[in-house]
Amino acid sequence: MKGGAHAAERHDSALRHVTGGAAYIDDLPEPPGTLHAALILSPIAHGRIAMLDLGAARTAPGVVAVLGPHDIPGRNDVAAIGKDEPLFAEGRVYFAGQPLAMVLADTLDRARAAAALARIEIVAEPAILSIDAALAAETWVQAPARLARGDAPAALARAPHRLTGEFRCGGQEHFYLEGQIAFALPGEDGDMLVHSSTQHPTEVQHICARLLGCDFNRITATVRRLGGGFGGKESNASWVAGAAALGAGHTGRPVKLRLPREIDMVATGKRHGFLYRYEVGFDDEGRVLALDAMLAADAGWSLDLTPGVVTRALTHIDNAYFIPHLRAVGYACRTNLQSNTAFRGFGGPQGVLVMEDAIDRMAAHLGRNADALRALNFYARGRDTTPYGQPVTENHLPRVWAEARQLGEVERRRAEIAAFNATSPILKRGLGVFPLKFGISFNSPHMNQAGALVHVYTDGSIRLAHGGTEMGQGLFVKVAQVVAEVFQVDLDRIRPAATSTADVPNTSPTAASTGSDLNGGAAFEAARELKRRMTAYAAEHFGAAEADVVFADNQVRIAAPGSNQVLSFGELAQLCWLGRVSLSATGYYRTPGIHWDPATMQGRPFFYYSFGASVAEVAIDTLTGENRVLRADLVQDCGRSLNPAIDLGQIEGAFVQGQGWLTCEELWWDDRGRLRTVGPSTYKIPGSRDVPPVLNVRLLENAPAEVATVFRSKAVGEPPLMLATAVWTALRDAIAACRQAPGPIRLDAPATPERVLAAVRARQAKS
Amino acid sequence: MADRIRLLLNDAEVETADVSPMTTLLDWLRDTRGLKGTKEGCAEGDCGACTVVVERRAADGTMRREAINACIALMGQLDGASVRTVEGLTGSDGAPHAVQAAFTETDATQCGFCTPGFVMSAFAFAAGGERGADGAIHEALAGNLCRCTGYRPIVEAMRRVAGTAVAPPPDLSALARGGDACFEVGGHRFVAPTTLAVALRLRAAHPDAALLAGATDLGLLASRHRKPPASLIHLARVPELHRIDRVGDSISLGAAASYADATPALVEHWPALAPYLSRLGSRQIRAMGTPGGNLGTASPIGDMPPVFLALGAALRIASVRGERRVAIDEFFLGYRRTALAPDEIIVAIDCPLPRAGEVFHCDKLSKRRDQDISTVAAAYRLQLEGARIVGARVAFGGMAATPLRAPRTEAALIEGGIEAAARAAEAEFTPLDDWRGSADYRRTVAGNLIRRLGARLASPARAVEVEAL
Ligand SMILES: Cc1cc2nc3c(=O)[nH]c(=O)nc-3n(C[C@H](O)[C@H](O)[C@H](O)COP(=O)(O)OP(=O)(O)OC[C@H]3O[C@@H](n4cnc5c(N)ncnc54)[C@H](O)[C@@H]3O)c2cc1C
Ligand code: FES
Ligand code: FES
Repeated sequence: MKGGAHAAERHDSALRHVTGGAAYIDDLPEPPGTLHAALILSPIAHGRIAMLDLGAARTAPGVVAVLGPHDIPGRNDVAAIGKDEPLFAEGRVYFAGQPLAMVLADTLDRARAAAALARIEIVAEPAILSIDAALAAETWVQAPARLARGDAPAALARAPHRLTGEFRCGGQEHFYLEGQIAFALPGEDGDMLVHSSTQHPTEVQHICARLLGCDFNRITATVRRLGGGFGGKESNASWVAGAAALGAGHTGRPVKLRLPREIDMVATGKRHGFLYRYEVGFDDEGRVLALDAMLAADAGWSLDLTPGVVTRALTHIDNAYFIPHLRAVGYACRTNLQSNTAFRGFGGPQGVLVMEDAIDRMAAHLGRNADALRALNFYARGRDTTPYGQPVTENHLPRVWAEARQLGEVERRRAEIAAFNATSPILKRGLGVFPLKFGISFNSPHMNQAGALVHVYTDGSIRLAHGGTEMGQGLFVKVAQVVAEVFQVDLDRIRPAATSTADVPNTSPTAASTGSDLNGGAAFEAARELKRRMTAYAAEHFGAAEADVVFADNQVRIAAPGSNQVLSFGELAQLCWLGRVSLSATGYYRTPGIHWDPATMQGRPFFYYSFGASVAEVAIDTLTGENRVLRADLVQDCGRSLNPAIDLGQIEGAFVQGQGWLTCEELWWDDRGRLRTVGPSTYKIPGSRDVPPVLNVRLLENAPAEVATVFRSKAVGEPPLMLATAVWTALRDAIAACRQAPGPIRLDAPATPERVLAAVRARQAKS
Repeated sequence: MADRIRLLLNDAEVETADVSPMTTLLDWLRDTRGLKGTKEGCAEGDCGACTVVVERRAADGTMRREAINACIALMGQLDGASVRTVEGLTGSDGAPHAVQAAFTETDATQCGFCTPGFVMSAFAFAAGGERGADGAIHEALAGNLCRCTGYRPIVEAMRRVAGTAVAPPPDLSALARGGDACFEVGGHRFVAPTTLAVALRLRAAHPDAALLAGATDLGLLASRHRKPPASLIHLARVPELHRIDRVGDSISLGAAASYADATPALVEHWPALAPYLSRLGSRQIRAMGTPGGNLGTASPIGDMPPVFLALGAALRIASVRGERRVAIDEFFLGYRRTALAPDEIIVAIDCPLPRAGEVFHCDKLSKRRDQDISTVAAAYRLQLEGARIVGARVAFGGMAATPLRAPRTEAALIEGGIEAAARAAEAEFTPLDDWRGSADYRRTVAGNLIRRLGARLASPARAVEVEAL
């Protein structure tokens, strides 16, 4: 059979992608009467709405309706986990870009033209436009979160060496190539079909129902594929879909809401930018004794998914390192900016930066090799419990570290780079090595559940539905491989169905790297149940023992005493149907053994850890700050990969996305809080030339997951994004080369040419 | 006259009756023709999701086959051309084209939304018969963004695509139009004269109409801002505006010659322009965009003004009243204001050829190396006697509300040397302060670019840019 577990199968839609046959929501046929929606946004970051005059918009050509907060039959609230996050602002606005109302017209151009006619008067009030301002004013979206172990202040007081550090990282626009879009089609008696480019169909269903004031069972949310998500279509997709559903409910006509790129970037949340301050205590050897850290996240104007992001940042502040005494506080700063949200890594990438900065400072202080200090501080036997109480099992850190350093020829290249730098006054090169430990599971235990629905038809073809969404990460093919493996049939017998709340209810978002763990687990259960039924019936029918019914190679062999039956899988399906055996089964999976107490921040939040390590080499221009990644070597633990081709793509794509976050991708607001980087002409994600010309990627070999994941595979979506941290480390290494004497380097991210040049000049100024 | 736009769409002849000439090609493909394979990712020419391949006969008679951005191309521009979309690559039997197959074989698609655009850029690359060197591949891909794959497999697909035989372009003779065209639909008027005389007459008669060259600036009014000009005079069909000739000691560059057309002649005389021009926009942009349009837009951060300022170019400007020459130094009057009168058209840009002992360098700083607008652009034309600088023209973009010369830097180069000139460059401007760079950064790097110039002059063979490593 072809395409079972662990096969390097292609993406199931690859052929349709390249021929243009893969349909995204904007490509679906529009029934006659379809209306197009355009949003009216607040131009002001904070203030009181004095007047919103929609008269001109209402009477503009083609306009069918203009809807505001008072046209919402249900609740004007699109919050994912909090409350009071209105779809349309009421009374006050909290960021420039906040939706105020929506125009519905017969064409998109007419809707947009009418939206521009809205007369808006907002009495501006002082706005909080930075983390620093929020810290000063103590405005939070939630109470500060604290993770502690031991007695950090006392341990710091005792420590032979202490250093403080401060730095920042910026946020990140998701820049999914397909912008936010939803298409709502009203049915009879309040039914509504909502096509939504969402990572979370169930939340789309809930938010639509909340806005419309109806039961969940009236709403069906569905999506075949997303043109990219990266976390940006988790909570944000829900309000976009909710607005479309509101329009469809109001007019009784199909309504499409597609955000043009600028509106998308202005109205939706991004990765959280962070400000860090810490003090680290360590011994003469460079062993960390204590860390006292403050992480302040820019939450934006509302709660959104910030609690989870802050929790993950705090639970990844240790990263690969054992910190005996820790006190870490996470502030969720309320600012008058876009409400930041999930983005691949979900706080993890921000969390792991702290120790990298600290260790480099420690190494400079002690005059020791920073890589050696990293390895010295790894989790190890006897030093293997995280600050939140979870033991680090299956510790692959020594392996990934050694393998990445070998792949990256670190020793040889360090010498080479030193020689280069000694004779190159303008251009400097630098090398960075980074170890990663990343916890897999949603931090909230209840989210770690999934369902699947598998039908076997009487020709032996199989329909597979599960709660996960396909956004390019290859989830559909991976889960289909699981089912193929169970039935031992060719992969092409399995048809992945569009994700729909009608097939599988009450699902979790496809996020936190858990897509194939959870949905693969659920599909495995469903397929196994069907196989069990088919086996039992075959045994009964042919008078064989169940153990003698073997599924292999698209066939089923029944070794009954005295006879040897061989049926095709389809023939057995037909036989089962005649024998009145149900050939449809649901499967349900919940991650075992996890628990978490958010109040104490203790527990075992993660089913397992994923490990990785990376080496990156960069060059900087000390005259302009221009910089470039010359080479990267990555080793990533994928357990026993379900699909090495897909996983390789995830690793490479995540690395480059992480590189973009740390280097060229800069969000820029003006002094009135208006985002001015609102499209690819102003917000620069990496292009093909930015990818390191030498990029070696290895999946860690012979490393089946120790815990019982689906076929011992591991998650891969997020961890490799953090491998790009080595680029940031390498940049600081190159900046350090601008001066012979050691000394601390501060390099805020994103390390644009301007920031690199500032760091170079700060360092040169010291000499 | 009320002509109809005629074009080939995936080899089939199409005549449009009620489509506004200001409709973007992307909207027409998706909404009117139902070809949904071509995607909108940004509607500003920057992401490449809308890339299609256009085959057309250039004004010099040669056949062109280029990737362009459908989102900012206007239908009126495509009269007489062949447009090929991702659907038009697939064989009649539904089999994928070799270029498409390469993308599946290398796992070069994830979410797939960017893919049709990449496939079309790859098709143009294959049709161009280029070798699969990485530099050429990156150049060919600079106008396409992918957020999922990290590009490595796409670059791999491009290596396979290089040298793939592709069918020759279709015969366009049936679409050839004898003379001028005028497309008028729904209050939109798009005239395409075929002689300079007619163009000038139209310009005089319709001062309210906008001139259109490649539409890589003006097209954004239709795509992103959804408000195209009501009346356009299209200059791309005027042969006189396409000429690239040597006139005496100058190269005369027709104002409507595209970057792609102008590059070989410019690079022949000023090799430093090769990397510089390869970073101006993307292939899609350079296929349509023109240096003339770059001057017409008069953006303070355009890349050509510093070059023309440093070269000491002269603009030939014409109207029905006659032709005049305007020194480039006199052309930029203020923020996006130029010396052009309402009835005038830039005909050509005359660039004096390098003399013995002359060197030319230029630099572009941007957040991302490819397809980015300059934070600071600089160009230097120096007259050397031995190692001594005896003449200097230095110009910057991004340092003020207009592109401009740096007279104090020039003087310091001659009188005080590199370090003095660098200090002068740091001091002589009040630069922009925005998302591309703070005023401080711009000031600092203006000086440092002069120091880089010094390093180049001191040891021409040594790498002074990270890109060279
Ligand atoms: C994605 C993207 C990337 C870009 N990157 C760059 C870049 O790196 N560097 C850069 O400098 N620019 C860049 N641009 C801007 C643009 O491509 C250039 O300014 C280009 O030169 C404009 O030429 P065009 O022929 O397309 O002009 P059009 O859009 O056709 O016209 C531009 C203006 O010039 C006027 N005009 C055109 N021809 C004449 C003439 N003969 N006489 C008088 N007026 C005339 C028009 O009326 C109009 O006002 C980019 C644009 C896009 C969309
Ligand atoms: S849609 Fe992005 S370049 Fe055209
Ligand atoms: S495959 Fe998703 S953007 Fe390229």
